[in-house]
Amino acid sequence: MPGKTLFDKIWENHIVTSIENGPDVLYIDRHFIHEVTSPQAFAGLEQRGISVFRPAQTIATADHNVPTKDQHLPIREALSRFQVEKLTENCANYGINLYGLGHPFQGIVHVIGPELGITQPGMTIVCGDSHTSTHGAFGSIAFGIGTSEVEQVLATQCLLQNKPKKMKIEINGPLQKGVVAKDIILYIISKISASGGTGYFVEYAGSTIRSLSMEARMTICNMSIEMGARGGMIAPDETTFQYIKGRKFAPQGKDFEQAVAYWKTLPSDPDAEYDEALYFDASDIEPMITYGTNPGMGIKITGTVPEVSAIEQEERSSFQKSLEYMAIEPGARLLGKSVNYVFIGSCTNARIEDLRMVAQLVKGKKKAAHVNALIIPGSKQVEKQAKEEGIDQILAAAGFELRGPGCSACLGMNEDKVPKGEYCVSTSNRNFEGRQGPGARTFLVSPLTAAATAINGYISDVREMLEETVLV
Amino acid sequence: MEKFTTLTSTIVPIPTRNIDTDQIIPARFLKATTRKGFGDNLFRDWRYDENNIPKPDFILNRPEIQGEILVAGKNFGCGSSREHAAWAIHDYGFRVVVSSFFADIFKNNALNNGLLPVQVTDAFLQKIFETHEKTPSMELLVDLPNQLIGIQGTSMQEKFDINAYKKHCLINGFDDIDFLLSQQDKIEAYEKNYINN
Ligand code: SF4
Repeated sequence: MPGKTLFDKIWENHIVTSIENGPDVLYIDRHFIHEVTSPQAFAGLEQRGISVFRPAQTIATADHNVPTKDQHLPIREALSRFQVEKLTENCANYGINLYGLGHPFQGIVHVIGPELGITQPGMTIVCGDSHTSTHGAFGSIAFGIGTSEVEQVLATQCLLQNKPKKMKIEINGPLQKGVVAKDIILYIISKISASGGTGYFVEYAGSTIRSLSMEARMTICNMSIEMGARGGMIAPDETTFQYIKGRKFAPQGKDFEQAVAYWKTLPSDPDAEYDEALYFDASDIEPMITYGTNPGMGIKITGTVPEVSAIEQEERSSFQKSLEYMAIEPGARLLGKSVNYVFIGSCTNARIEDLRMVAQLVKGKKKAAHVNALIIPGSKQVEKQAKEEGIDQILAAAGFELRGPGCSACLGMNEDKVPKGEYCVSTSNRNFEGRQGPGARTFLVSPLTAAATAINGYISDVREMLEETVLV
Repeated sequence: MEKFTTLTSTIVPIPTRNIDTDQIIPARFLKATTRKGFGDNLFRDWRYDENNIPKPDFILNRPEIQGEILVAGKNFGCGSSREHAAWAIHDYGFRVVVSSFFADIFKNNALNNGLLPVQVTDAFLQKIFETHEKTPSMELLVDLPNQLIGIQGTSMQEKFDINAYKKHCLINGFDDIDFLLSQQDKIEAYEKNYINN
């Protein structure tokens, strides 16, 4: 018998029962909900006349559809206000803890779970949001679900799931200067395509991954869904334990020690088998940027957009449609392209470490006059810490606008949108047509590349600015 | 959930690859708190211009093209997990989506709403698009009990895969939630022995 993977161990631990030739009934430890994908689930419960089975295991916040300005005032847009009020009402009716607008713990659902210590190794974690994979950075099985499944978890704390296949992605070696977690994941997706991970659950491993902070690991796991994978995970280690220790909902004292002892049993056995294994060399990774309308369309920042002849025959019409939307020519260089919008935010890159990175780079500089540079912190706590560290002052002096937390221009559901036809260099995770607003054109990059671009006013190679800046 | 067994229908082809759920239903139309009415905004930005005028070239705006089967390019439904995408397609009047590859979450969402995702080979998908080009009145037959999909009036057909449990649910109109609720004893027994609570 081969050894077990991290994924196998957690999955097996959570099987309540199995249906012959069918899915497993999987027990869910933590369930996050937000205003957009939960109302129909609550309505379903009401229709069936049933209650929430384990309300203490569901945690709610308002993030997708909240304004980032004047968060202390009632939401102006009627439909959005109604949706957020509906969440408040549902949580009150069913006894669910809500960190709503104005609460010191409010923020993007995938930012608050980890920072509050709710997300822990060995757990199963779900949310009606595809970037739930973020929580996998702690060595948990975390994945996005649809609203019918939200209803199932509310009603039974369980889901019917087929065990996915397992993929290992190993990255080894030191990173080049100016290359950060976002570049790693954009690089991987550019190699295996936006559907290369479909049907798989990914485990990221190797010396490069081990050297990363928890926040960087979250950035990587976050975008697992962008290669089609069900989720991504990283084995827990000392870095993980240190991050969790002392957080609000983490086990404390003796309980913590006991938990750590258990968490240490989770990493994959040396002889564990995967259905697929991919290996990358960190020295090959440079700052990355996407040029098209899916996250797999990425190139090195110094590279050129592929020629049509380099694209597989069947992909060509989609490729051309995508470049047309972006108003970019095949073979073009993106470096030096002028942009009017820079967005730093989202569950991919709006944690305190991301803001620190940006602040270090822009300190003492000024953004280009024509650039509209928006920074949306991932949570109230991130916002608070940024203020405590004086990051808000640095950003303000550099001409960046720092607002209240939420998903904001990552999905363009509230009023933060990129206007039609405009280019936006963004630290978010999706460059789909219209994602940041109807007709908006998105380039996905790391926070460093975004900051460098905001300063110069055109797409920039951050490495050229690093001589003058010392990064941690 | 609505039952599904077999369907014969004309098709609406959209050969684009990697159609993500943001295209199927853009985020700004996700503010409703019920499951109804999303069909009006299905493929919103492909269907209407910024002044809400229908774009005449887009296939849903061509009155001669109608059908209960949507046939789309590879990797359909990627991106956001919004179930609203499945609701919008179903609400518009489709009962089946055919593609050569589906994103995982979309597939689950569709199955949970009585919308059948049928995964065919790239070659068969190509055949459907080509046949429709020549004969827009072509019909597809989708037979769930026998897991067969065929182009009517030709010998072209293919077997498709579906999880046995999901097939059973669709044919009988059962929800996962009904099943899970029936497992409550086992769930409570499991909880007694588990540490992460
Ligand atoms: S920040 Fe963007 S990707 Fe993350 S949860 Fe919000 S909308 Fe989804």
